[in-house]
Amino acid sequence: MGRTELSGFIATLNRDLSIARREGGEAFLAVLFFVLGALLFPLGVGPEAQLLAAVSAGLIWVMALLSTLLALDRLFQADWREGTLELLVISPEPLPLIIAAKCTAHWIVTGLPMAVAAPVMALLLNLPPEGWFTLVGALLIGGLALSFIGSICAALLIGSRRGGVLMTILALPLYIPTLIFGAGAVQAAVGGYESTGHLALMGAITLSSISLCPWVTSAALKQAME
Amino acid sequence: MNLSTAPKGNFWHRLANPARFERLARWLTPWFLLGFLGFVSTGLYFGLYASPIDYQQKDTVRIMYVHVPAAWLAMMTYSTLAISGFVFLVWRHPLAEVAGLAAAPIGAVFTALALVTGAIWGQPTWGTWWVWDARLTSVLILFFLFIGYIALRNAFDDPSRAAKSTAILAIVGAVNLPIIKFSVEWWNTLHQPASVSRFDAPAIDPAMLRPLLLMACAYLCLFFFVLIFRMRLELVRRRITALQYAQAGVSDR
Amino acid sequence: MNEFFNMGGYAVYVWTAYGITAFLLMGLVFGTVLVLKNSEKKLKALEALSPRRRQRQKSSGGEDEKP
Repeated sequence: MGRTELSGFIATLNRDLSIARREGGEAFLAVLFFVLGALLFPLGVGPEAQLLAAVSAGLIWVMALLSTLLALDRLFQADWREGTLELLVISPEPLPLIIAAKCTAHWIVTGLPMAVAAPVMALLLNLPPEGWFTLVGALLIGGLALSFIGSICAALLIGSRRGGVLMTILALPLYIPTLIFGAGAVQAAVGGYESTGHLALMGAITLSSISLCPWVTSAALKQAME
Repeated sequence: MNLSTAPKGNFWHRLANPARFERLARWLTPWFLLGFLGFVSTGLYFGLYASPIDYQQKDTVRIMYVHVPAAWLAMMTYSTLAISGFVFLVWRHPLAEVAGLAAAPIGAVFTALALVTGAIWGQPTWGTWWVWDARLTSVLILFFLFIGYIALRNAFDDPSRAAKSTAILAIVGAVNLPIIKFSVEWWNTLHQPASVSRFDAPAIDPAMLRPLLLMACAYLCLFFFVLIFRMRLELVRRRITALQYAQAGVSDR
Repeated sequence: MNEFFNMGGYAVYVWTAYGITAFLLMGLVFGTVLVLKNSEKKLKALEALSPRRRQRQKSSGGEDEKP
């Protein structure tokens, strides 16, 4: 039949991506939130160049976190409402693989566009150009971690009453290391120091979340489906 | 399955019977209360009166005797949460999820206590109420983990779903514990490194170690005392709910 | 005695810390114990309302007994 181990992964990836494409703008609302939120800060704190430059790295990262949180609902909610989530859980494909595909699709639709939009925001927020390359790289690597780690919280909250706010409370403690190292990497690059230490730790977080989170999320999904 | 007529399993199986647990709980609580009173009185005597002052921190070092045990207990309570979550997921022991539910508010209180007393201690010694170093930040995260646990429990109508979700959350959040413990060694920041639980002799004056350990034992007895009460409370609450449902059914006829 | 209360000039800090500790921990204890006593009273009242339940049998929560 020519089916490989990855065929389930690729099939789910394609499915989620086509759903996102069909939904059109809805998938990009998170990116919109990302950009608009970051633009609010100069209006709020004033356009003073030095101030913006000092906080821009952290600001962009915080907005990336919040936008990912906003988009986490999309991971499982629609499938759960339509009943396809149950089918995915009982399918013969290993559930962690399916979850990994969904998280990757989530990242492609939210994290990747954010990383692409980041230089524009860096320009508007006065982040010195030395930091741009590191910013995009860190957002790419970290965004993947955010989608995978967030999948645990999304799975835990399926069918709960106050999903949105609770998602924030659950996910933020788990997101903080990514935030610290991500923003730290950019700030190091801006300051002329080595950012490889921060990036290496972020890479470690991403790699461990890619390998571990799908298992935890699948346990969470299974108990949600009982 | 009616547990009181089941064949006698091991100790843990028998303990799952709420009536047996209630009896054991009533037997245990006076001991923990006595232990607490004994330890806290001697701890306060030595802590506030019969112990030396630090040559740098003077009398503010006495805050250590309420701050450090609170931090230790906060971490211990979270371990209880994570372990009971694990036991519940693997063995489905009903008392495990009750223990988790009972322990979470206690952990939140101990963590808040550690943060507040730490801030009060920090102001005269470091000159600042708060600093974003690794240990303080991760203890703050611990506080939000407790809050999140409680919030997640209350977010589901189905109690079994709530119990399983929070069990997973507790286990996932346990990664924070080694971060708290080792953060002062990994990152050289403001908070003081470990001086008690080192492999060589503790780097703390024995005259200060004594009230510290006494207060820690006091807090531990208090923890078990309150934990058992809260577990009894939760079991009583569930029986009230069950009776209310049953009576609502009866009165419909 | 005075110097005990004065704590070498740091009285505000030391006593506030101990005071908050006592307040929070005692609040935890009394809150729990009082709520438990109230709940047990409520439980007894509910059990008294249903005379067909054998009140001495404390098996698993009553959900396995048919009214």
